[in-house]
Amino acid sequence: MGHYVPHTDDELARMLAFIGLTSLDELFDAVPQAMRLAGGLDLAPGLSEFETLDEMERLAGRNNACGPDLVCFAGAGAYDHEVPAAVKRLAFRSEFVTAYTPYQPEVAQGVLQTLFEYQTLIARLSGVEVANASLYDGASACVEAVNLAVAATGSQRVLLSQGVHPTWREVVRTFAQGTGHEIVEVPLANGVSDWSHGASDHSESAGAVVVQYPNHLGCIEDLAQARAVADRMGALLVVAFDPVAMGVLKTPGAYGADVVVGEGQPFGTPLSFGGPYLGLFACRMEHVRRLPGRLVGETVDTVGRRAYVTTLRTREQDIRREKASSNVCTNQTLIAVVCAIQLGWLGTGGLRELALRCARATRYTRESLLAIDGVQPAADAPVLREFAVRTPVPAETIVERMADEGFLAGVPLAEEYGGGLLVAATERRTKDEIDRYAGAFEKVIR
Amino acid sequence: MKATSIPLMGRAEEPTLFELSEPGRTAWSFREQALPEWSLEELVPAEHRGDEPVPVAEVSERDLVGHFTRLTHRQYSVDLGAYPLGSCTMKYNPKLCDDAAALPGLANVHPSAPAAMTQGWMELLDDLAEALCRITGMSACTLQPPAGAAGELTGLLLMRAWHEAQGRQRTKVIIPDSAHGTNPASVTLGGYQTVTVPSDDRGCVDLAALRSVLDEDVAGIMLTNPNTLGLFEEEITEIAAAVHDVGGLLYYDGANLNAILGVVRPGDMGFDIVHMNLHKTFAVPHGGGGPGAGPVAVSQRLASFLPGPLPRRGSDGQYQWFTPERSIGRIHSWHGNALALARAWSYILVNGGDGLLRVAEAAVLNANWLRHRLRGVYDIPFDRPNMHEFVASTRSLKKSDGLRALDVAKRLLEEGFHSPTVYFPLIVEEALMIEPTETESLQTLEDLADALERIARSPEDAAEAPRTTPVGRVDEARAARHLIPTWDARPVA
Repeated sequence: MGHYVPHTDDELARMLAFIGLTSLDELFDAVPQAMRLAGGLDLAPGLSEFETLDEMERLAGRNNACGPDLVCFAGAGAYDHEVPAAVKRLAFRSEFVTAYTPYQPEVAQGVLQTLFEYQTLIARLSGVEVANASLYDGASACVEAVNLAVAATGSQRVLLSQGVHPTWREVVRTFAQGTGHEIVEVPLANGVSDWSHGASDHSESAGAVVVQYPNHLGCIEDLAQARAVADRMGALLVVAFDPVAMGVLKTPGAYGADVVVGEGQPFGTPLSFGGPYLGLFACRMEHVRRLPGRLVGETVDTVGRRAYVTTLRTREQDIRREKASSNVCTNQTLIAVVCAIQLGWLGTGGLRELALRCARATRYTRESLLAIDGVQPAADAPVLREFAVRTPVPAETIVERMADEGFLAGVPLAEEYGGGLLVAATERRTKDEIDRYAGAFEKVIR
Repeated sequence: MKATSIPLMGRAEEPTLFELSEPGRTAWSFREQALPEWSLEELVPAEHRGDEPVPVAEVSERDLVGHFTRLTHRQYSVDLGAYPLGSCTMKYNPKLCDDAAALPGLANVHPSAPAAMTQGWMELLDDLAEALCRITGMSACTLQPPAGAAGELTGLLLMRAWHEAQGRQRTKVIIPDSAHGTNPASVTLGGYQTVTVPSDDRGCVDLAALRSVLDEDVAGIMLTNPNTLGLFEEEITEIAAAVHDVGGLLYYDGANLNAILGVVRPGDMGFDIVHMNLHKTFAVPHGGGGPGAGPVAVSQRLASFLPGPLPRRGSDGQYQWFTPERSIGRIHSWHGNALALARAWSYILVNGGDGLLRVAEAAVLNANWLRHRLRGVYDIPFDRPNMHEFVASTRSLKKSDGLRALDVAKRLLEEGFHSPTVYFPLIVEEALMIEPTETESLQTLEDLADALERIARSPEDAAEAPRTTPVGRVDEARAARHLIPTWDARPVA
């Protein structure tokens, strides 16, 4: 059994005597006897640390993890990027890992200043003025953006592009059961949002227009057009962006986005079977009082030294209670810390280089696959770091067969996209890997 | 001599990453791809191209590491010292769990990989869900909610779906006045109105008041038990019967689950829906404010509404994903905060059923010892046997010496401890909510009590505290009045 309870038998006896009890059992006298658990928890007895790790390694060994034996060409919102040693070492420091939410700023300047730097970096990448201190993941950030837009406009009608990640859309619909928002899906045409679809409906007002940039198929959406659609309907423009793409694309803010959300996993967080990831959330300053979650601001201490503190606290659930527009409390601070450190490591030049390398690997992979007889592009719209192809055999079959060849081939697309395979190549992928991937691909579709 | 974190706290101001930046300085490196060197212009159409790179920062790796390491010296943490924050369960997090979560076979798995390639993860999630059901006395469990508040909202959506399936519209959810703020906020987002019931003079739900608001519009009640005063709701059986009698459901806010592990299960108290904070009870480190994990377990009648997909072992021993028949839908992009879930599973394995009971016993013992020790030093508004935490108050000291709860909090920082939760629950004036947790030793409790007593006995200069921390008392009002949320928002000098 793990020994994380420090009390000796002698101390237990002394402490019980101090409070006038004779047994540990008496500590729970307030719990009615009838409901007390007889015979203890139905769980195995505790293990040593080493046996516990053995079991965790056994479970880990049953997975096909990405690495040299399973070269990753899957993306779809979870990307296989390099994580440098500096980020790993710093992010595992106890002071970051084992701190609580910075409620006492005088002893939390480390986390607070890091979050202030993180907010600055995310605001710059988004192209809008202010970012919060993180949300759970891309999907939850998308939900909160919709809620902000509805509150700001008074319209519960939400136009949601089908180019937004399918699980994010599902999460938006799940939470709309509580808020009662009306979710209207906008289909894709040739890989990008078709705003003309049911155009007469779009002349009505709406609270939010939500578009992903680049979108789920990897295609670069026309944000100027999305902005115009939002303007016509009196809606806020919510852009779900890929932060890595900001190394080479115009920012959503440059197109007039009101709220910018995204998934921060690509900056320093391993694939992690999908979590913990990082919900990026940024918006124009005019909406700052509706910003969900925590916000760090700069101020001074009693003698005028620069200091940081969570601010505009009156927005938050613990103060507004039932009048709150968001219930977020615990967020993903440690992952935001990782993101800030990784962005610092990349720097201005490294971020551009990262995006260029992803784009080069993606173009080379796409051209290699399209050279295979029977493989067709799913869309002609320009792509950046991910693309979709149609294949003569089902995508699920390709993924299964490619695993035997040492590749995670991609992510099969849902029926709503007409099927196909979504493929991503990051800065980690080399020409040699891509050539071998394309060779295996050709083999498995025969 | 007592252990103290004070010498470790950095006192010098640390410049921001942006001030350390020097144009052209770099830390990055990438592997050789040997690909065609397509240019930016060739790769990105002009209409989408960001011609000027987004400014990030330009620092060397050495400066980057120095910067963030110095920042850690300005940060308190559990690994440095005690953190008696009520309702937050800031226990020591075994290092073993860090190693478990870093295993490449867990950390490098793509969430979209087919089930055949993620059998280990699916087994882990299924094992964890089963264990959490046994701990809470529930039948089925979703691990998707990434935090407690997300778990609450998931629970409320389950409540809503269940009532709708019974063909009825309900409008109200009851919460006690001692509840966490997330409860009423979640109620609103779940599409319900909050009805607040008062606590009685013993600090528990006023049963008569509860009965007076129960009617056919009530969807359910959200309760924390033990409650935020650290008191067990002794009339829970009567509360459950009354709520069930009007067709309502009972929601258990698991923020305080640490107190009852292996002693009593929410299911046996009559609860239908339970969320757990794995970052409290099951030692997932808090990370400075997350990531956490807030799984939701339910009784059999609610199982078919759970978010999917869920892992299920087939007769061939292989795991497959399935989505419950009447699922409310996903509430996370993937499978929740998976690596946090792995940490919690390793914590449950290493403790076992026997170890988890010891956790609860020591947590409750520590809190009761500290309450006894502080009698006569601070007011103890509900001075009777408590569970894992208790609430003290500076009400009398404020009258006699002007000592406020906030001053105690700031003075305690000087003593090398984190402060308790202050001004919560709202029903206690000048509240100091103290939860020592089971991992603090008797010596530490004695040091903490001595420090709290010193503060109460010499309150004269408390308003000037803290003086030994990296910064002095921070001007929160100014931060809100002159909002500077980013480096770029600073007024130009």
